[in-house]
Amino acid sequence: MEAVLPHGHHAAPAGLWRWLASTNHKDIGTLYFWFAATMFLIGGLMAMLIRAELFQPGLQLVRPEVFNQLTTLHGLIMIFGVIMPAFTGFANWQVPLMIGAPDMAFPRMNNWSFWLLPVAGLFLIGSTLLPGGAVAGGWTMYPPLFMQGGISYDLTIFAIHLMGASSIMGSINIATTILNMRAPGMALMKMPLFVWTWLITAFLLIAVMPVLAGAVTMLLSDRNFGTHFFDAAGGGDPVMFQHVFWFFGHPEVYILILPAFGIISTVIPTFSRKPLFGYASMVYATAAIAILSFLVWGHHMFTVGMPAAAQLFFMYATLLVAVPTGVKVFNWVATMWRGSLTFETPMLFAVAFVCLFTIGGFSGLVLAMAPVDIQLQDTYYVVAHFHYVLVTGALFSIYAGLYYWLPKWTGHRADETWGRWHFWLSAVSVNVLFFPMHFLGLAGMPRRIPDYALQFADFNRVASLGGFVFGASQILLLIVILKCLRGGEKAEARAWEGAEGLEWTVASPAPYHTFTEPPEVK
Amino acid sequence: MRLGRQVLWMACWAGWVQPVVADWALNLPAPKSDIAVRIYDIHTLILLICLGIFVVVFGVMFYALFKHRKSVGHQAHPFHEHTSVEVIWTVIPLLILVGMAWPATRAVLDQKDTANPDLTIKVTGYQWKWEYDYLQDGVKFISASSTPADQIANQAAKGPHYLLEVDEPMVVPVGKKVRILLTSHDVIHAWWVPELGVKQDAIPGFIRDTWFRANEIGTYRGQCAELCGRGHAFMPIVVEVKREVDYQAWLAAKQAGKQAKAVAAAAAAGKSFGPAELKARGEKVYAAHCAACHQADGKGLPGVFPALAGSRMVNGPAAAHIDRVLHGKDGSAMTAFQDQLDDADLAAVITWERMAWGNTGSPVQPTDVKVLRK
Repeated sequence: MEAVLPHGHHAAPAGLWRWLASTNHKDIGTLYFWFAATMFLIGGLMAMLIRAELFQPGLQLVRPEVFNQLTTLHGLIMIFGVIMPAFTGFANWQVPLMIGAPDMAFPRMNNWSFWLLPVAGLFLIGSTLLPGGAVAGGWTMYPPLFMQGGISYDLTIFAIHLMGASSIMGSINIATTILNMRAPGMALMKMPLFVWTWLITAFLLIAVMPVLAGAVTMLLSDRNFGTHFFDAAGGGDPVMFQHVFWFFGHPEVYILILPAFGIISTVIPTFSRKPLFGYASMVYATAAIAILSFLVWGHHMFTVGMPAAAQLFFMYATLLVAVPTGVKVFNWVATMWRGSLTFETPMLFAVAFVCLFTIGGFSGLVLAMAPVDIQLQDTYYVVAHFHYVLVTGALFSIYAGLYYWLPKWTGHRADETWGRWHFWLSAVSVNVLFFPMHFLGLAGMPRRIPDYALQFADFNRVASLGGFVFGASQILLLIVILKCLRGGEKAEARAWEGAEGLEWTVASPAPYHTFTEPPEVK
Repeated sequence: MRLGRQVLWMACWAGWVQPVVADWALNLPAPKSDIAVRIYDIHTLILLICLGIFVVVFGVMFYALFKHRKSVGHQAHPFHEHTSVEVIWTVIPLLILVGMAWPATRAVLDQKDTANPDLTIKVTGYQWKWEYDYLQDGVKFISASSTPADQIANQAAKGPHYLLEVDEPMVVPVGKKVRILLTSHDVIHAWWVPELGVKQDAIPGFIRDTWFRANEIGTYRGQCAELCGRGHAFMPIVVEVKREVDYQAWLAAKQAGKQAKAVAAAAAAGKSFGPAELKARGEKVYAAHCAACHQADGKGLPGVFPALAGSRMVNGPAAAHIDRVLHGKDGSAMTAFQDQLDDADLAAVITWERMAWGNTGSPVQPTDVKVLRK
């Protein structure tokens, strides 16, 4: 069956079986990326439909209950189906390459953690076909509203359990790989920052995914087995769900952004032709953000009617997050300072990330102020805030990382012209899409509504137009990737002039098996 | 051909400029209560601080982007740490945050101080309307959206207060401390009036409070802010702030109206109605209270809200049907209507359901409803 190569290597198996049964970190990384891309297409089409409905006041395209399904699924798909799998794809491809390991610590579990995801994705999307349609209570699943849905709500809980199990296994694998399989000489404080951010992210995931699983299991039990965890009529408390959910939810926010910090901290030094400024403080800042993330969940709940002391505690803790985050932004700027900068596509996305993520950080600061949050909670201001953090933040970092490592993965350089078009169209339209949402929120437009009062019409129209351009621009990325896979300019082992790190010491494309002999790190 | 294209372009242009009322508002609405003024000022302060930091930090970054690029021949200086700079840019943000937290802390403490109100109103959220209960004055009424369905369906021109208008607004006196006690009958809602600077979740089974003191006469509009199902966009809040004398006059009229209604209800409760009379009244009640879920055609929404047309319960014995409307169904969106509607309205709407859309149920009289109340 398998050709035996020198050093006992297996040849890459061919056909469908290669992908279904793969235990190779590179193949599984690729699978994660294609899964994320597919889900991005689906979640993105939902966003287009949402923006089309909101193009003008009145109900045009979808009924309110379908609109609620769209916003709910869009959120769940983009978080659990796009950003998280894409970052896990990076971890699979890059962590072994960056620490000089031959593969992940648990290759078979790696396969299992990936293949749970398409099943969960199918359940989520397939639930639209069930009677009553898909889950429509918002991605936050607050009871008692969540009690009112049909069978698709239970199926969604199952999908979340699957995705949670996948994440937990994936992060155990990543943490074990990083802690045990580093090349000789690579001390923890010599690891590339991307590896550091993923190590911390993995621990966050292991800590909070079980909390989410517990929360949705209680929902399942309330829905089907007569318990009253969240039902006041039976002695429960609906707000308790929010506490448990956000104890997961806020660390989750940083799960979605810490690997982004890692990618940006890799890309900026390369194109500044300088080492990263303040490596140690970057590591400490990442750890500080992770620890603080467990202390700030209450800021999602300022309007539930907490005591003043609790509001103040959560407000102060949240403000503190700004300090390590600020340190990171300053470090990136200092890395560029007096460098020798060039602006290939990965760098363009990285620079846009620094700028636009900071806007999301500032709106986060505004929302952290409890009295102001009372006004802005559940408005479009919040929608603007988390889309700046997750689209121009997490997603742009994914783009930067893709353009950066595609030469290593495919052996071909990405087409710079198409890449630049993709960047500029995305960077301009994403601001046309999301910036006006700040104004809508301030002016008083609630989120999650299919229809709105007339004074919100103009900015909604602008945002929708920006959204259509942004959505269409992402087709360019697909073209770039397909071109890269089919051919193009050959990439050298060190694809970028300023690139540092072990992954650039192996050939491009990276051979099916790398680092069977551990490299020596000085 | 050319003419056709011109017409097309003009149509596009007309479509573009159509919503003339839109006002491109960029900021919070002009605040009309002390708390709202404080929120407005804190927001402005933070915005200016953020703007300042943004300009400085990204001024430095863009300077580097233009001056320190390889294409202008800039050589990299491979420095990678500087302890004193790093300490400075950790400490300075910390100090700025302390400066920002100070006014916010005082505002939080004031927002939370609901003691010694001049007036207390209990507000209950329902899917998808609000109930206002003036506890000291015995006035209680339901306030629901009054935007006609054909405006939402784009079959009629939209009014100036589209989706922000109700049949019966909440009325309060100017300059008085109004405490709002909030709860909900079904799912979580949030009561929000931006100009008054109040937003508070309404949580079933719990009572939370908040307060405001309106400092200007006027009509202030808000919306439910917490996703509460398919009607979430359609449960507006309207608060009319009146002079004390006008408020008292409104209150007196409400109390008088309540008495008259009680007399009429008592008279109706013992009375027997003809089916035509019941159906006519019931159709109106149905449109106001039932059609949002069960739909105007009685067909419901498959899998979410059951159909009444052809339903076994609606076409079966009246007692089970009355019981369901009076007491609702646990674990579903079907709410208990016994506190919302009087016997005559309930008899009318149940009769309408039993006789409309080809249903063949028997009519129901107010006395039938009365005996099943718990």
